Amino acid sequence: MATTEAGRNQPTPSSPGVVRVAHHDKPLTKTMRPIDSIVRIVMFACGILSIFTTAGIVIVLGTQAFAFFQREAVDIIEFLTGSTWVPQGGQFGFLPLLNSTIVTSFWAMVVALPLGLGAAVYMSEYARAGVRDRIKPVLELLAGIPTVTYGYFALTFMTPVLRSIFGENNIQIYNMLSAGLVMGIMILPTIASMSEDALRAVPGSLRDASYGLGATKFETTSKVVIPAALSGLIAAFIVGIARAVGETMIVALAAGAGPLSSLTLDPRIAGETITGHIARISGGDLPYGSIDYESLFALGLALFVFTLGLNIISQRITKRFREVYQ
Amino acid sequence: MTDNTLDTQIDLVRDEGFYQTNLRSRKFRGNLWKNFFLLAIIVAFGALLALFYNIANSAFGYVVEDYAVNPTTLAPDGNLSALREDELIAILLEYQERRLPVYIRDYVFTGDPTQFTTLPVSEVLAGKWYPPETDALTIRDLTPAQQAEVLERNMDQAQMVTLITEQVVDPVVLESYTLVESIFNRPAIEAEFQEEFVEQGATLYFTSWVNLDFLTSPLSNNPAAAGARTAIIGTLLVVIVTICIAFPIGVGAAIYLEEYSDHQEGHFLTRMNRIIETNIRNLAGVPSIIYGLLGLAVFVRTLGGVTGGRTIISASLTMALLILPVIIINAQEALRAVPSSLRDASYGMGATKWQTIYKVVMPSAIPGILTGTILAMSRAIGETAPLIIVGASTFILFDPSSLQSRFTVLPILIYNWTSRPQPEFKNLAASAIIVLLVLLLILNATAIILRQRARKSLAS
Repeated sequence: MATTEAGRNQPTPSSPGVVRVAHHDKPLTKTMRPIDSIVRIVMFACGILSIFTTAGIVIVLGTQAFAFFQREAVDIIEFLTGSTWVPQGGQFGFLPLLNSTIVTSFWAMVVALPLGLGAAVYMSEYARAGVRDRIKPVLELLAGIPTVTYGYFALTFMTPVLRSIFGENNIQIYNMLSAGLVMGIMILPTIASMSEDALRAVPGSLRDASYGLGATKFETTSKVVIPAALSGLIAAFIVGIARAVGETMIVALAAGAGPLSSLTLDPRIAGETITGHIARISGGDLPYGSIDYESLFALGLALFVFTLGLNIISQRITKRFREVYQ
Repeated sequence: MTDNTLDTQIDLVRDEGFYQTNLRSRKFRGNLWKNFFLLAIIVAFGALLALFYNIANSAFGYVVEDYAVNPTTLAPDGNLSALREDELIAILLEYQERRLPVYIRDYVFTGDPTQFTTLPVSEVLAGKWYPPETDALTIRDLTPAQQAEVLERNMDQAQMVTLITEQVVDPVVLESYTLVESIFNRPAIEAEFQEEFVEQGATLYFTSWVNLDFLTSPLSNNPAAAGARTAIIGTLLVVIVTICIAFPIGVGAAIYLEEYSDHQEGHFLTRMNRIIETNIRNLAGVPSIIYGLLGLAVFVRTLGGVTGGRTIISASLTMALLILPVIIINAQEALRAVPSSLRDASYGMGATKWQTIYKVVMPSAIPGILTGTILAMSRAIGETAPLIIVGASTFILFDPSSLQSRFTVLPILIYNWTSRPQPEFKNLAASAIIVLLVLLLILNATAIILRQRARKSLAS
């Protein structure tokens, strides 16, 4: 650009070809470039679409849930506190669904937290690089398997195994325990990989200092590395819970459609989670505008708020943790 | 007091014997935990093995199969495909003479089934071959021989083989055994077969539930004849359309966020970009079933006039929204990995922003972007929940042919077959899972090969 202006100001062009072009044109910066502006607008539109998606989710869930709560048969207080969900009987208390969601998620975390953390610690602190490179693809394989496959696995493998261990009479064919445990296996890779990232972000100098004080490897890991990575580990844990709460296919196949009027912590019986209920109800052709149709969105809204809250908390924690070490 | 304790501790440490025992117990504890950590890995491996074992166990094994009419009586070696069309028609005429009009309705007629019996032949078979001088008659007025000729002239040989397998041979699976049983318990299986099934003329044979018939047959309520073709086509269609929608938008959004978002004048746009970034991160964490509800309300219901309701295009649009965050995040990372020196060099040569992006940044970012896209495709292939909500059919007779056809996909098929009580459907579900996993495997292998090729071409 500088050369261009210099060229324009010179009265007699010394090398005609180049300068003549510059002489007759406007400065390059002021040249209209329609393609560039169009591309910029198109790209911006692509970016903004994600905002529309979120807005769409909020509006759709919000309006339909609002229509649901406007109905005479429904009361928002009863929805949040009622312990019977029998749409045919006009009873819409979502606590039994929430209860099953909590029970299955709890058992998922019982499996996924210790095993995921253990696997992460082993990969980050104990395994040699070559071994780690071989373990990682296996965990990725576990993470890439479609959830409906896990549902099949829960129903045809885990349930029979549990029933042969604890006795056929003690465990129902459809039960929350089997669904929860398999869900734990499904979430394990997520927790393992997020935890490993957190552990490996802990600077080596901290470990060296600990060894220098005479600590063993395990003492270093448990008293120095894990506390230093704690916020990252908690973030991984919360993301794990969010995934368990939102998981549908495993519970839809293996947890059954159990009692919708009792609050029980017993995982050996069938139970229907929020997601499982949504999947089962919408399986047929639901008439639009019916109370069942609208109830789906009210449940979806509850699920959305819950998982979004968990994810935001997890992001906040991760951000704080980043500030400490980078 | 505190000094005393400290002294005692120091004394203890100095005491060689105590030091040794203490160290031993510390090391023991360390080893114990190390083994626990290793156990976690082993459990994960074990779970994966159990999963594959469980699937293979159901997908292969002995079955006891019986036929209404044994195919060996119809064709030499029981191979129907080797017969000519006129021979096949003769079989139909012999065994199912009275159902011929039904077959014409199902396989030849394309209009409204309720009017089939009342319309004259000339309208029912408009544009197709029909016996001369029968224009005014209805299908039922034709003689069986004429009806058979209509079928013969308007169906191809493969369709006839399917029809005869279903309607004349009518195979029934009486019993199925798992792979493990079949290998280790063969004598018991054969004894049971001899005792219970041999009298009715059933056959016992070892089979793989995943076979060519399974891949090419349409859905069926009869486990012996059911296949996954409709669902495989549905899955491929949905995934391809999804990627066609999501790839350009996702890459566009990533380019905007990575290449255009800095150097923005004015606070509004900068703030906007930050909101978009956070929003994409949050969207990635939204449960897939929520996207299903969004798709149901927006694409199936509100835009039902355009999309046709519960159709492939509705499903693809929903899926596209679901995998957009995955594509955007991966593409952003790929773009970020392109060294800024490349951009600077391009600007230095006088290229505009778009020229730089299109000719310099994109070529070196494309392997990463493609890998991310294929990962997103894998996710789209395996997703079930949103499609249940959006309304994939669990049972359809016709292959989807356009964007506005009803459809089903492999995961839905697996879900449906798994939840049926008959044990044979579990075998079918296992086979469908194998097909699904193989599809995923092919995709991921493609991703790896693509990535390596692109790297090579960049290096040279």
